[in-house]
Amino acid sequence: MTALLEISGLKRHFGGLWATNGVDLDVVTGEVHALIGPNGAGKTTLIHLISGELLPDAGTLQFAGSDISQCTTHDRVARGITRSYQITQIFPRLSLLENVRLAVQSRQRDWGSSLRFWRPASADFRMIEEAEDWLSRVGLAAEVSQLACDVSHGERRALELAMALATRPRLLLLDEPMAGMGPEESEHMARLIASLKGEQTVLLVEHDMDIVFRLADRVSVLVSGRIIVSGTPDFVREHPAVRSAYLGDAL
Amino acid sequence: MKPSHSGTLAETALLIAAVALPLLLQAFGEDYYIGFATRLLIFALAATGLNFIVGYGGMVAFGHAAFFGIGAYAVALLMNAGIFSAWITWPVAVAAAALAALLIGAASLRTRGVYFIMITLAFAQMIYYSVVSLEFAGGDDGLPLEQRSTLVPLDLADDATLYWVTLGLLAASLMALKRLAASRYGRALTGLRQNETRMEALGYPVQQIKLVCFVVGSAVAGLAGALLANQNGMASPSQLYWTQSGMLLVMVILGGVGQRFGGMLGAIALLGLEEVLGRITEHSHFYVGLALLAVVLYAPRGLAGLWGRQK
Ligand SMILES: Nc1ncnc2c1ncn2[C@@H]1O[C@H](COP(=O)(O)OP(=O)(O)OP(=O)(O)O)[C@@H](O)[C@H]1O
Ligand SMILES: [Mg+2]
Repeated sequence: MTALLEISGLKRHFGGLWATNGVDLDVVTGEVHALIGPNGAGKTTLIHLISGELLPDAGTLQFAGSDISQCTTHDRVARGITRSYQITQIFPRLSLLENVRLAVQSRQRDWGSSLRFWRPASADFRMIEEAEDWLSRVGLAAEVSQLACDVSHGERRALELAMALATRPRLLLLDEPMAGMGPEESEHMARLIASLKGEQTVLLVEHDMDIVFRLADRVSVLVSGRIIVSGTPDFVREHPAVRSAYLGDAL
Repeated sequence: MKPSHSGTLAETALLIAAVALPLLLQAFGEDYYIGFATRLLIFALAATGLNFIVGYGGMVAFGHAAFFGIGAYAVALLMNAGIFSAWITWPVAVAAAALAALLIGAASLRTRGVYFIMITLAFAQMIYYSVVSLEFAGGDDGLPLEQRSTLVPLDLADDATLYWVTLGLLAASLMALKRLAASRYGRALTGLRQNETRMEALGYPVQQIKLVCFVVGSAVAGLAGALLANQNGMASPSQLYWTQSGMLLVMVILGGVGQRFGGMLGAIALLGLEEVLGRITEHSHFYVGLALLAVVLYAPRGLAGLWGRQK
């Protein structure tokens, strides 16, 4: 069990507020690691810090053995970190297929090749086929040619997951993938994430306790910018500090 | 995005008509209009370049005149230095515009919205004032061309030939643009216009993609500038002035932002309208303004959006 991501002493403030206030966290290769915590605990901020959209004020991020604390998002994606957003980020006026095809295309980093400026993208069948495969994987095989803005909220969330997967990340960051979903849609998403277990390392931010305890190999609890407990679901569920700080107000 | 055969057919018919135009004008003894038509095509080319930046790249640039003017001055300055061949001076004009765009773009692309508008405007005005203050560039009077560029084996001194060359370059640019838009690069540009955050999160080099778009669109303006210097017989400071940038932007909006033929239609409509109205009334600008208002209100996708669903 080697840590794919090692965070230590990570800090980030907004004005006088320390949204991330000394976070230590390890994500181990192959695990689904859930990050839970009350509203405003700093979960999304931590995801931003890992993805590179925010840079830390203090502390370090090690990914696969190298320090990525100051790397750009672009660089971090190239190293294998991809994220989804709490608020869906897709291309609304493009088909689902083109949404995912762009994600597949992002892996091609041949910027010197003039072909990418001249050859029609539609001639690249391998990319299109791969995009279709990812869409089937998340249950959207029948919707490939619909515009992203025309499908349901749950389908858009699944689309975003397909896009993130299509970059073939070593670490997938999911920020509340079930946000705003009905029970059926949530269940579908939970099954999708469960289907990733074992083959994909995931850091999952989620509110729904049932889902978290079902999916996660390990759970970390973030409160006021700090990880207060980290461990197996059973350990975390029974931990008194968690019960008072977090589950207490969820129950 | 589907290939439409009626579309290509209409395009071919239009191209044939455009090729035949000088012959018709000559037959009717209206040779003056060959020069006017060339002017339309030159502005169509410059506006097409701007439309690539604004419509495809989603960057509202308000300094297109700088690159348009740089193209013209490059040709005029080289001619003063004794270099007449278009085979040399036009590519230099394009390269000079591209280089200027590379520098300006690199400095301004991190800003967006109103800030991007202001910063591109500021850079363009800086270039305008620099050129006007340079004695060897002719100052306020501009730089007259001794003659038209030479383009062996063609004779550009002939108005119809200059027209055809311009038409050829415009058609080639439009085709290249179509190709570019459908390429992987073009698709990335579309993604960028729709959701920059997502593109960034997918690991695309967002700034570079934008910069390439800005440089390509500006280089096209450089070529148009080289042509305009030939058509006008001079490189003039007015070509660099911010009002010129505004006019090109108006053409793009009128013709259809992000529509492949938007720049072309806008240029033809605006200059055509000015020409026609200029003969009837002294207040042509007022009526042109009204027409623009009507388009913005009733045809938000511009003239190109009215007649077909390009793109
Ligand atoms: N860009 C910002 N500027 C100022 N304050 C911010 C910013 N982003 C987050 N915050 C603050 O930092 C704290 C942590 O926010 P964050 O979004 O990380 O919480 P969260 O755990 O994701 O909450 P939620 O469960 O509601 O998504 C909050 O108090 C929030 O108001
Ligand atoms: Mg959040």
